[in-house]
Amino acid sequence: MEKIKGKIHIVKDNDVNTDLIYAGKYTYEILTPEEMGKHTLEDFEKDYFKKMNENDFIVSGTNFGCGSSREQAVTCFKGLKSGGIIAKSFSRLYFRNAVNKALLVIESPEFVDYIFAKNNGENLDVEVDPNKGEIICEGKTFKFAPLTGQALEIFSAGGLGEYTKRKLAAM
Amino acid sequence: MGKTLIQKIIEKSSGRNNVEVGEIVFVKPSVVLSHDNSADISKTFEKMGPKRVFDPSKIFIALDHEVPPPDSKKALNHSIIRDFVKKYGITNFFDCGEGICHQVLPEKGLVEPSTVVFGSDSHTTSHGAFGAAGIPVGRTETASLWALGETWLKVPESFKIIIKGTPQKNIFPKDVILHIIGKIGADGATYISVEFTGEYVDKMSMGGRMTFCNLSAEMGAKDAIIPVDDTTRAFLKDRLKKEYEPLYADKDAKYAKTLEFDVTNLKPQIAKPHKVDNVSDVSEVAGKKVDVFFLGTCTNGRVEDLEVAANILKGKKIKADSRLLVYPASKEVLLTCLDKGIIKTLVEAGGEINTPACGPCLGAYGGVLAPNERALSTANRNFKGRMGCSENTEVYLASPATVAVSALYGEITEYKGE
Repeated sequence: MEKIKGKIHIVKDNDVNTDLIYAGKYTYEILTPEEMGKHTLEDFEKDYFKKMNENDFIVSGTNFGCGSSREQAVTCFKGLKSGGIIAKSFSRLYFRNAVNKALLVIESPEFVDYIFAKNNGENLDVEVDPNKGEIICEGKTFKFAPLTGQALEIFSAGGLGEYTKRKLAAM
Repeated sequence: MGKTLIQKIIEKSSGRNNVEVGEIVFVKPSVVLSHDNSADISKTFEKMGPKRVFDPSKIFIALDHEVPPPDSKKALNHSIIRDFVKKYGITNFFDCGEGICHQVLPEKGLVEPSTVVFGSDSHTTSHGAFGAAGIPVGRTETASLWALGETWLKVPESFKIIIKGTPQKNIFPKDVILHIIGKIGADGATYISVEFTGEYVDKMSMGGRMTFCNLSAEMGAKDAIIPVDDTTRAFLKDRLKKEYEPLYADKDAKYAKTLEFDVTNLKPQIAKPHKVDNVSDVSEVAGKKVDVFFLGTCTNGRVEDLEVAANILKGKKIKADSRLLVYPASKEVLLTCLDKGIIKTLVEAGGEINTPACGPCLGAYGGVLAPNERALSTANRNFKGRMGCSENTEVYLASPATVAVSALYGEITEYKGE
C-alpha cells in the first residue's frame, strides 16, 4: 500500500452515527459511489462533501460509524476518493464494512487528541503510511496498528468484492 | 477454563473442537438475512461471478424497509429482488406486507438456536432471543456469504449481564434495556458478545427478549444472547421444523465483565435526542409537547406491545393536533391484533394503522417528520434526522406504554400503571 498525502477535516464529536454520515432516505436508491459521495455527512453539515478533495481524511472521536449496517456510510467516502478515516475508535460494523470496501480506517486516539486540542486543525496536511502504521503531521509521528491477517488480505485485494471474485475463480 | 456461549456456537458453526477468544475462524451460518437492500446486494453478488447461491434454502429475504414502496425507484428495487429470487430459486422470500425481517424470520421457524445468523441489518442481534448468535454484516459481506456460504469472525469476549428483582407494574423490558444502555454507553459493548441472565430475564416473554437483544446493537454489541429455556421452546414448538440442540455457557466461563442490575425500583425510562445512551427517567422530560407518536418496529411492534397500548387507550382519544402511527411488526401480529380487538381500539382512539413494515423508523417513507417536529417512538434509534428530517426535529424513545399514555396528553407523560 502506498503512502497517502492529504488534508484533514474535523468532525469533532463522539458516536458520529451512520445516519449523520449517510441519511436513511437515500439507502434504497441504487446510486454510484460518486453520487453517494455528494450526500456524505449531509445531516451533519450541508454540502460537507465540497470540503473534501481526493486523499483527504476525516478526523473524529470515539465509536465512529455507530448505528446502522448501511455500507453507503463507507462507500460515500470511497466515492470522494477519501484517504480514509482517523478516529479514536470505530463501531465494529463500520470497521468491518470499511475493510470490506477497502477504505482505510485508522484508530489513533493520540493523533485525534492532538488535533482536537488545536484551535484550527482543519485542513492540516498529513502523510499516512498504512504499512508502517504512521501518521505524520506537523513533523510529529503518531503510530497506529496496521491491518493484519484476514482483514489485511481482504483490504489488499481491493475489498471483499474482489477477494470473493478471486476465491470463486480459484474454486 | 470453561467456555462462553458464543465460543460454543462459533465452535459448532466452524466445525472446530475448540476456539479461543481472539482467534479468527471461518463460520457457516444457518441462515443469511437481508431485506430491501437485497437489490443492491444482488448486483454486488453477480459482479463476483458466482454460478449459483451457496444454498437457496438458507437465504432469507423479507421486504420491509420501503413498504409499500413510496415511489418508482423503490418499487424498482423490489422488482429487482423478485427477479433475483426467481432466478436463483430462493425459497424463503417474503414479499411486501409479511412484515419486518427480524419478526418474520423467527415466526416462520427459521431461527435455529445455537447457530450463527448473519444479517445485512444492524438489528440482526435480535435473534439472540432464541439462543442464536445474530451477527450483523454489511451488503458486500452478505453478497460474499450468498456466494461462499461462510465468512470470517474473530471469537469475541463476552459480558454477562445479570438482571435481578421484580419491577413495578409500569415497567417493561424496553425500560430495562434502555436503562442498561444508558449505564453501559453507546460503545460500551463494542465487539462484545452479551449474555443476558438472571431472574428477570427468566420470567421475560419472548417479545421482551427480542426487545432486549434487538437494542443491544445500540451499545455496540456484536451479538446478544438469551439462553434457550421453556419460554424459547414454547415459541419454537410448531414453528421450527427440526431438532435442535441448545448450547449453554460453562459455569466457569471467563467473562470480560459481569454486570448486575436490579430492576426493583426502576422508573419508566426514555432515550433523549440524539443518542440512544442519553437515557433518563421519563419524569425528567415530562410535559414536552409531542407531534408524532409511533408504535411499531422490530423493537416494539409485537402483539404484547400493541396490546399494552390498546389497554391504555381503550375508550379514549389521543390529544387533538397529534398523530399516532401504528405499524404492526408482521402480518401474523396484525392478524392476532385484529382477532383481539386491539386494532379496533387503536383506530377508535385516533391511531393510523399501516402495512406491517419498518415505517418511519429510518425516515425513508411514510410517517416522516416535518421541520420543528418532535416524535415519541417505540423504535431503536433517535439519531439526528433519523425520522427523515434533520431540521430542528427530535426523536425520543420509550416503551409502548409510555408512548400510549403520552399520546392521550399530547406530551411526554410518565406511565404510572393505572
